[in-house]
Amino acid sequence: MLKQIEGSRAVAEAVALCRPEVICAYPITPQTHIVENLGQMVKAGEVDNCEFINVESEFAALSVAIGASATGARAYTATASQGLLFMAEAVYNASGLGLPIVMTIGNRAIGAPINIWNDQQDSMSMRDAGWIQLYAETNQDAVDLHIQATRLAEELSVPVMVCVDGFILTHAYERVDIPTQEQVDAFVPAFEPRQLLDPAEPVTIGAMVGPEAFTEVRYLAHYRQMQALWLIPELAEEYEQQFGRSTGGLLRSYRSDDAETLVIALGSVNGTIKDVVDKLRDEGTAIGSVSITSFRPFPAKRLREVVGQARRVVVIEKSLAVGIGGIVSTDVRMALAGAGLPVYTVVAGLGGRAITQASLREALLKAHRDVLERLTFLDLRHDVIHREIERLETQRRSGPVAENILRQLGSVADHIG
Amino acid sequence: MRTSHVKFYQTGTFTVGNRLLSETERSVQSTLERTNALNSGHRACQGCGEALGARYAIDAAMRATNNQLIAANATGCLEVFSTPYPETSWQVPWIHSLFGNAAAVATGVAAALRVKGRTDTRVVAQGGDGGTTDIGFGCLSGMFERNDDVLYICYDNEAYMNTGVQRSSATPPTARTATTQAVGPEPGNVFGQGKNVPLIAMAHEIPYVATASVADVRDLEAKVTKAMSMHGARYIHILVPCPLGWGSAPHDTVKLARLATESGLFPVFEAERGEITDRRTIRKQVPVEEYLRLQRRFAHLFKPVLQVDVIARLQAAADRNIRRFGLHGQGEL
Ligand SMILES: Cc1ncc(C[n+]2csc(CCOP(=O)(O)OP(=O)(O)O)c2C)c(N)n1
Ligand code: SF4
Ligand SMILES: [Mg+2]
Repeated sequence: MLKQIEGSRAVAEAVALCRPEVICAYPITPQTHIVENLGQMVKAGEVDNCEFINVESEFAALSVAIGASATGARAYTATASQGLLFMAEAVYNASGLGLPIVMTIGNRAIGAPINIWNDQQDSMSMRDAGWIQLYAETNQDAVDLHIQATRLAEELSVPVMVCVDGFILTHAYERVDIPTQEQVDAFVPAFEPRQLLDPAEPVTIGAMVGPEAFTEVRYLAHYRQMQALWLIPELAEEYEQQFGRSTGGLLRSYRSDDAETLVIALGSVNGTIKDVVDKLRDEGTAIGSVSITSFRPFPAKRLREVVGQARRVVVIEKSLAVGIGGIVSTDVRMALAGAGLPVYTVVAGLGGRAITQASLREALLKAHRDVLERLTFLDLRHDVIHREIERLETQRRSGPVAENILRQLGSVADHIG
Repeated sequence: MRTSHVKFYQTGTFTVGNRLLSETERSVQSTLERTNALNSGHRACQGCGEALGARYAIDAAMRATNNQLIAANATGCLEVFSTPYPETSWQVPWIHSLFGNAAAVATGVAAALRVKGRTDTRVVAQGGDGGTTDIGFGCLSGMFERNDDVLYICYDNEAYMNTGVQRSSATPPTARTATTQAVGPEPGNVFGQGKNVPLIAMAHEIPYVATASVADVRDLEAKVTKAMSMHGARYIHILVPCPLGWGSAPHDTVKLARLATESGLFPVFEAERGEITDRRTIRKQVPVEEYLRLQRRFAHLFKPVLQVDVIARLQAAADRNIRRFGLHGQGEL
C-alpha cells in the first residue's frame, strides 16, 4: 500500500511485517524513530508474539539479540554511530557464532568531534565484522531490503546490517509502498535455525577454538558471504517477481553502458549523483553511475562487468580512512586491479555536509578530464584548515582543534543559507 | 526446605550429614540421579572451587527444572576449562558469547523462550567475579532492573584468574594479585575499595539474592532450588576458592570456603525483594588469621614480620559483617 510516511516509520513497518520475535532497543539519533515506532506497534499488540526489550546499552541490545537468536527467535535491533561502536565486540560475536540477526544502521558520523549527522563512517568501521552490509538508496529500498535481509540472514545463518542514511532517509517523509502481511509471509518463511539451545538436544555454542581450527571456522564465514554473492541477486529477482519492484541485487548501474567516467557510491547520495549524471549527459559527457547495494560481500565481479570499457572511476565516499583516504575506493581498486583505470576518491558529506549538485558536477568534470587529484575532499574549506595548521605550527599549546575551528567560523547560523 | 536444624557440627564436617537425613532431604550431589551438568574431563586445576561450585549449582538447577535448563556463560576460567574445542563438559545447552554480556544473553534466551511458549524451560547465566562485578556489571544491573526471568550465578574467586590472577573489584584488601603485588608500603590490594554486589543486587529489589559457598553444598543447593522456584531476576553469589590464584593447597578448597564463612569474612545470607530473610549463623567464630595463613596471597601479612595492625583491620571487617548480618544468630534480621 502506498503511504506518505517517514523513512523510520517505513523501516519499522517493514521490520514488523517480517514477524520479529525479539526486538531490543537502545536509543541513538538518528535511529530513534525506528525503535520508537516498533515499540509502539509491539505494545499496541500489532506485532504478534513479539517481545520488545528496552536495554541499558547497545552492547546489551545486541547481546540480547544473540541470546534470543541462539534460542530460535527471530531477533532484530537497530543502532548508529557511537552505538555501533559500543556494541562492536558483540557485532563480531554475532557473526562469529553465525546468528542471523538483522540490524538497521541509521548511518551517522562517529566522534570526536561528536556529530549527529549523516555519513557512513559507522557501518564502514564494521565492514570486516562478518556481517552482510546492504545500503539503501531510497526509503523504498530500505523497506524492500529489510524484507530481503531477513530471508538472506536466515538462509545463510549470517547476520545482516541494513544501512540507511541518517536523517536523509530516516527522517524524510516520502511516498513508500508498504507490502501486505500476506506478501511478506509468502516471501519470508518461519525461522528454521541451524543451531538451537534446546534441552531436548543439548549443544555447546561458543567454545574455545585454537589454531588447529580457527582458520577453518573463519574461512567458512567468508564462504557463506561468497554464497551471498549469488543469493542476494536471486532473492532480489524473486522479490521483484512477487512485489513488482527491483532492488537491483548486488548493485545498480545507471546510464553506464557507454560511459567513460563511472561514479560509484553507496546509499542515498546516488539520488544526487543520478541527477548530475543526467545533466552531464544532456551536455554530451559520457558519464554513468553505480550504486553499490551489497558492500559486504563486495560484488567485485559484478563491478568489473559494469565498469566494462569505462576509462576512469570516481568513488564518492561518505567516510574516511584516516591516513590513506578512501575505504570503498580500496575495494574498488582491488576489484578493478589489472584494468589500469584511474580510481579517484572524493570524500564527501562527512558529518552531514550537504553534497550539492554544483560541487559534485565540478569534481566529476575534473575527473572526466583526468585533472582531479586522486584524493579530494569535496567542499573542503582550505582557508579554515590553513589557519588552523598555522596555529599548530606556531603555538605549542594550540588547544583543541575542533573548538578552534568553531571559534574561527563563528556562529552556525552565519553559515546557513 | 529449612536446612539449619540438623547440627552437622557434631561431626566437624558438612558433607557427612547425608546419612543423618531422610532421602528427600539429601543433597543433589549425593544422589545417583545427579546430572553431572559439568562432567568430568574438563581442564580445571586440581581443587578448583569454581568447577565444584558450578557443578553443584547447575546440577541443582537441572533437578529443579526437570533438566529443562539453558546456560549462558561469561568468558573466564569456567568457560575456558569446560569447553576446549571440540570437547565440552556441559550436559546442558550452553552458550558462551562474551566476557561482559552473559546477563544480557540470558535475557535474550529468556525472551525467546517466552515467545516460543516454552515456559517449562528456564535460563541460568554464570560468570566469574570479574565478568560479574566489573565488566559485566552494566548488563547485570540492566537484567536486574528489568526483572528478567534469569538466575545469575557469580562464582567469586576474588580475582581475574583466567588471565593470570589480576585484581578485580571483588579482590579483598591486602590480597596479592599480579596487579596488586606484595611490594611497597601497602603491599597487596588496598583497603577501602571494591564493591559488594550481593548488596547492590538487593538494592534493585529483585525477588531473590543469596550468597553461598562450596563448603556447604546443601545450603548452596537449597538456594539454587529456591531460586529456580521463583521467577524474575535472581542472583546467587558463590565463594569459590582458587588454589592457583590464592596460593593454597588443592585439598584446602572446601576448608578455605568454610573458614571464610566461619570467620565472618564472607557472610552467607538470603534476601527477598531487598530485605534480608535468612543467614547462616556462625557457631564458633574463627579468627581471620586461620583463614589467611593458608593462602600465599596473604603471605606478606605474616613474613618477614607479622603485620598485627593489618590483620586487625581484616578482623574488624569480619566482625563488622557478623554484626551487620547478625551472623551470631542474635538480634533482628
Ligand atoms: C572484553 C574483554 N576484556 C578482557 C578479556 C580477557 N579476560 C578473559 S577471562 C578474564 C578474567 C576472568 O575473570 P573472572 O570473571 O573473575 O573469572 P575467573 O577466570 O576468575 O573464573 C579476562 C580479563 C576478555 N576476554 N574480554
Ligand atoms: S585458576 Fe583457579 S578458577 Fe581457574 S581453573 Fe584453576 S583453580 Fe579454577
Ligand atoms: Mg575470578
